[in-house]
Amino acid sequence: MTVPSLTEPRQLDTDTPPVLAVRGLWKVFGPKADGVVGTTLSRKELKEQTGCVAAVRDVSFDVRRGEVFVVMGLSGSGKSTLVRCLTRLIEPTAGEIVLDGEDIRKADDRRLRELRRHRMAMVFQHFGLLPHRCVLDNVAFGLEIRGVPKQERYARAREVVDLVGLNGFENSYPDQLSGGMQQRVGLARALAADPEVLLFDEPFSALDPLIRREMQNEVIRLHHEVGKTMVFITHDLSEALKLGDRILIMRDGELVQVGTPDQVVGAPADDYVRDFVSDVPRSHVLTLRWIMRQPLMDESLDGPVLGPDVVIRDAVHTVLSADRPVRVIEGDDLLGVVTSAEILEVIAGGQER
Amino acid sequence: MALSRSGRVRAIVLVTGTGLLLTACGGAKVGEAQQPAAGGEGKNCGTFNLAINPWVGYEANAAVIAHVAEKNLGCKVVKKDLKEEVAWQGFATGEVDAIVENWAHDDLKKKYIEDQKVAVSAGLTGNKGVIGWYVAPWMAKKYPDITDWNNLNKYAPLFKTSESEGKGQLLDGDPSFVTNDAALVKNLKLDYKVVYAGSEAALITAFRQSEKQQKPVLGYFYEPQWFLSELKLVKVNLPAYTEGCDADAAKVACDYPPYDLDKIVSKKFADSGSPAYTLVKNFTWTNDDQNLVAKYIAEDKMTAEEAAAKWVADNPAKIKPWLPPAS
Amino acid sequence: MTTVAVVAARLPARRYLLLAVLALWVLGWAVFEGRDTLGLGGAELTPLHTSLNEGMDAIDDSRNSNPFFLYFINYVRLFLDEAVTFVQALISQPSFGRPLPVLGWLGVVALATAIAWLWGNGKVALLTAAGLISFGVLGLWQESMDTLALTLTAVVLSLAVGIPLGVWAGLNDRFNRLVTPVLDFMQTMPTFVYLAPLTLFFLIGPASATVATMIYAIPPAIRITSHGIRQVSHDTLEAGASLGATGVQSLRHVRLPMAKQTIIVGVNQTIMAALSMATIAALIDAPGLGKTVLKALQTLDVGTAFNAGLAIVIMAVVLDRVTSAASRRVEADRRAGRLRGTRRRRLELAGAFGVVAVLGYLSYTYVWAADFPIQANLGSYVRQAADAGSLWVQDNLAAYTDALKNVLTNTLLNPFEKLLTASPWWLVLAVAVAVALLVGSVRAALVTAAGLLVLVLLGLWQDSMVTLASTLVATILVMVLGVVLGVWMGRSDRVDTVLRPVLDAGQTMPAFVYLVPILGLFGPTRFTAIIAAVVFAAPIAIKLVAEGIRRVSPTTVEAAISAGTGTWQLISKVQLPMARSGVTLAASQGLIYVLSMVVVGGLVGAGALGYDVVAGFSQHQLRGKGLAAGLAIVVLGIVLDRVMRAATQRADVAAHGGVTHK
Ligand SMILES: Nc1ncnc2c1ncn2[C@@H]1O[C@H](COP(=O)(O)OP(=O)(O)OP(=O)(O)O)[C@@H](O)[C@H]1O
Ligand SMILES: [Mg+2]
Repeated sequence: MTVPSLTEPRQLDTDTPPVLAVRGLWKVFGPKADGVVGTTLSRKELKEQTGCVAAVRDVSFDVRRGEVFVVMGLSGSGKSTLVRCLTRLIEPTAGEIVLDGEDIRKADDRRLRELRRHRMAMVFQHFGLLPHRCVLDNVAFGLEIRGVPKQERYARAREVVDLVGLNGFENSYPDQLSGGMQQRVGLARALAADPEVLLFDEPFSALDPLIRREMQNEVIRLHHEVGKTMVFITHDLSEALKLGDRILIMRDGELVQVGTPDQVVGAPADDYVRDFVSDVPRSHVLTLRWIMRQPLMDESLDGPVLGPDVVIRDAVHTVLSADRPVRVIEGDDLLGVVTSAEILEVIAGGQER
Repeated sequence: MALSRSGRVRAIVLVTGTGLLLTACGGAKVGEAQQPAAGGEGKNCGTFNLAINPWVGYEANAAVIAHVAEKNLGCKVVKKDLKEEVAWQGFATGEVDAIVENWAHDDLKKKYIEDQKVAVSAGLTGNKGVIGWYVAPWMAKKYPDITDWNNLNKYAPLFKTSESEGKGQLLDGDPSFVTNDAALVKNLKLDYKVVYAGSEAALITAFRQSEKQQKPVLGYFYEPQWFLSELKLVKVNLPAYTEGCDADAAKVACDYPPYDLDKIVSKKFADSGSPAYTLVKNFTWTNDDQNLVAKYIAEDKMTAEEAAAKWVADNPAKIKPWLPPAS
Repeated sequence: MTTVAVVAARLPARRYLLLAVLALWVLGWAVFEGRDTLGLGGAELTPLHTSLNEGMDAIDDSRNSNPFFLYFINYVRLFLDEAVTFVQALISQPSFGRPLPVLGWLGVVALATAIAWLWGNGKVALLTAAGLISFGVLGLWQESMDTLALTLTAVVLSLAVGIPLGVWAGLNDRFNRLVTPVLDFMQTMPTFVYLAPLTLFFLIGPASATVATMIYAIPPAIRITSHGIRQVSHDTLEAGASLGATGVQSLRHVRLPMAKQTIIVGVNQTIMAALSMATIAALIDAPGLGKTVLKALQTLDVGTAFNAGLAIVIMAVVLDRVTSAASRRVEADRRAGRLRGTRRRRLELAGAFGVVAVLGYLSYTYVWAADFPIQANLGSYVRQAADAGSLWVQDNLAAYTDALKNVLTNTLLNPFEKLLTASPWWLVLAVAVAVALLVGSVRAALVTAAGLLVLVLLGLWQDSMVTLASTLVATILVMVLGVVLGVWMGRSDRVDTVLRPVLDAGQTMPAFVYLVPILGLFGPTRFTAIIAAVVFAAPIAIKLVAEGIRRVSPTTVEAAISAGTGTWQLISKVQLPMARSGVTLAASQGLIYVLSMVVVGGLVGAGALGYDVVAGFSQHQLRGKGLAAGLAIVVLGIVLDRVMRAATQRADVAAHGGVTHK
């Protein structure tokens, strides 16, 4: 199976309302949490003065239909808390979470269960499989608890097991599978209910690098095949860049920056983000848009043509082998030109522009 | 576990099972060759609930009464192994008909006979209870004057142990008895400390070891008791008992009174007109009789039933007067 | 509170402070010796004891008018009686107009073996068959079956009550906090205290015996179930919740299946607890082996008592091994994915029960299969051998043991007891509170102060101090044995194989069996009581320490060895410190076991609280005092337990400099 490159621009409908809209979300652990909402104290001060931890503070963002939305940050920055707040596995302290126009925070228990059963599903870092059930039963678990008849749920479970590439292992037990396979089961379990939004909490960080890469490709493939909206938590930047249509960066519970991968790498919001992205080979992320310049007076404008969203890495060959500046054209407009000088500067590792 | 193995096991078991079934056809059948449980027709005696208190002398009384009740009166005797306190409670709950050797227990008598009126006395057993301080025979032989309490202080150092804080040790109690020993020691100005052995077994073991290892032991004991037929303990004479000398428990300075052991029955049982009641009421025998049956049980290791049967067979004349006139 | 503990834990002067407190105590003792010691003679009563007595009398008297007793208790009693009688009719007592029970020995052996094979494995099935047949060989078939009937009924009912409550306690913190002290109470309150009152309500016979057994056997069922429910991985639960599982669904599909193995451990412990009550329940006419043991004790018939005790041990070992095997099998089956092989399973079930049906029918019909053949009765040999052994030991070892007793009593027990009993009560209280504060926490100190004041109020201060001295000495001996043998056992499988059955025997052999020989060796003394407690409590401590040693990660041991550590260094620097939680658990369990032997100690010369309880059981007017003494034992248990827990917690804080679990 060929893995489509993520660098191909994806069709995202930026016009329709977001699937998931989060507004002013707070989660404070500790006594008298409500009183802490809105605080401006730093984490340390807060802890000393009130004994509370503000794991998520005033976070707002939209997730568009069909996109892969990555949340990133260092350990302890509140990613897991954030994603759990989205299905209220952790009860938020303040804020609004709107899924398709419905405020999840207002849902009663029953409604919340409905939402969890049909609209959102989650994949966990440590899989959270039931050790006493075989793969098929694990996958069918979500359907079972919502009362789907046996025949039907097994049929569906088999489908999903096939989809994640586990056929042949239906009757194995979790502890007979490798970590990667177990996470496939976790993935299948989440997919079985055919939810609109898939939530991933660092699903691959317990896996070794090779398997992790394989699983990332798997997610990309699935995303293409089933086109779900995904909220994906990771602390691994390359994973974020590889999978994310957009990336949200958190620090100490606060939102630092939201943007596409190239925005994050190309225009870090502050030193924290800059530090974060400093190791990334920029040529793998930035597009020509980031390095093109206005043509000089005397330059000939008949060189090869590339789009502005072509990643630098992919343009290297064309630019270096052309003896004239490469034109960056979007539609009919000439946006700028790129020459080997710009390319080499990026590749040579010029840190900042 | 391979299927074949479990299959084999199953096969083996099945084969042996069928084999047994086939060979068994010659065996005697349950309920065919055997008589139904003893007792047969109760001659309007019915069930007789007999408490068994946990000492052998009691068991001797109970065994003989039970034997006669079953064999001569056709009662169905249900023996219940109970401590005294619980046995008395049984009068109140209606689960015990008779206690056939009672050592005083004035508090229980007050509660169940006088206050609750659920029990009545059924007369004496004929056994005389003696309580006192005893030493092993070797000591009485070696120190003949030890049996006089006046000399006890002289021998106090002999009885020193790790428990007695430098004084002589007076080994007390079976927890079932209220003793005056602490008061006695004080009031007779004895240089002794009362140490609680805590059970009859502990007392007996202490005396046994005393005799065997020539280790001095002075302890509380009582007759009739089967152990005395194994080892004839010697009683130390305290100031003689006189009527009322033990009225104030704190000021006691005299020996224990002789006890006339008696029988207690539930009111209901007494009023029932059961022949078993008559048997219990009429039952009386001597210390020697009891000691003999107790010896059968404790030393000859007979079961209580065997011991009773043997004694009854040997003493038909003694049984006669116990039986109700009609039968 | 934690910050105080952290600071205090780091205080370098703590050790010196502790020494100073002890020095002050000795000084105070020298000055005030014999004052305010609150002694109370054996037959003396305080007003509290009298009113407790009257209170109990009042309850007795309301028995026939109070609707609670009239309806509720009576129906419970009827139900229990019926239940036990039914099981007895099946396996032990003549029933349904037959001179023999429905299932004869062959049927019972077949059934039990089949069960052991189906839910355990072939090995335990063999063990089961051998064990059951040995009951007959010992000449105790019917008695054993009576004990089994009572134990099984009590266990089934205990589980029926205990597992749901345990699940509730596992799910609900508030209920858990509420029930824990009640369970502590149920486990440390001596049986003798409630045995007699029980018969007033449930009458003499199986119902009372079952209730007494259940009081003791339910706590482990609740505790361990709750523990199992609690330890279910948070991840899995969260996964369930994220799929929209309701509370009931997540209990049924996630918590219960995942706690299954732990719950079976709880079943195992419940069985052990029930069996250990079998002898004591015989005091209120519970049928079975306990009766044989107690009867034998009346005539100091060691042989007969041992014979019956042996049957109890065998029964305990069989039940223990079968339930352990069953719990391992649950795990193994799952791993092998064998739970689904239903067809084969059905075949197995059908086959096994087919055989059982055939043998059961034989044992129903034919005398040879119903009544255990008398020719096979070898009990008399066991009796004679035990008698001879006991006699030999008493005759030949008494001189040495006597010396040992004298040395330990005079150098260790007497000075310590003197210090506790001859100091004024307020001095002891002050010292105890200071020690609790220094080694434990503020909270532990508060508990200590409250507990000791209760002892004063109960009017049993001095008796409590005597018992406390013996208890501490016994616990120290238990821990010495526990660490030495536990380390040895944890390091060597061979030692484990040899020692384990001995430990099992020590734990399940009723104390009444070995009272006579140890009385012969040590006389009726406090030391004898200590020995009895050590015999009973050391096995659990040894096992727990061994378990802890075995859990130390092999990698760490390997790393230490590769760094050139010697054996002794390995034990003292690596294995013991890393097994600390096991050692701590051993100490607290050891303490509870020692306390549960206080009453038995009272039977062999310990005096003090144990004797008070025993006397309260035997003499009507001492009932109130017995109850007070029982309460005092519970209080001692709670105080010691809390101080010990606080001390280990502090040690953890000192070791890790911060976060502790729980
Ligand atoms: N149940 C809780 N009670 C108190 N504090 C909590 C709780 N859960 C999380 N926290 C705190 O909230 C903060 C954020 O935790 P969170 O688990 O969301 O971080 P994270 O970004 O997922 O980290 P990681 O990458 O290690 O998983 C941390 O400081 C953590 O200590
Ligand atoms: Mg996390």
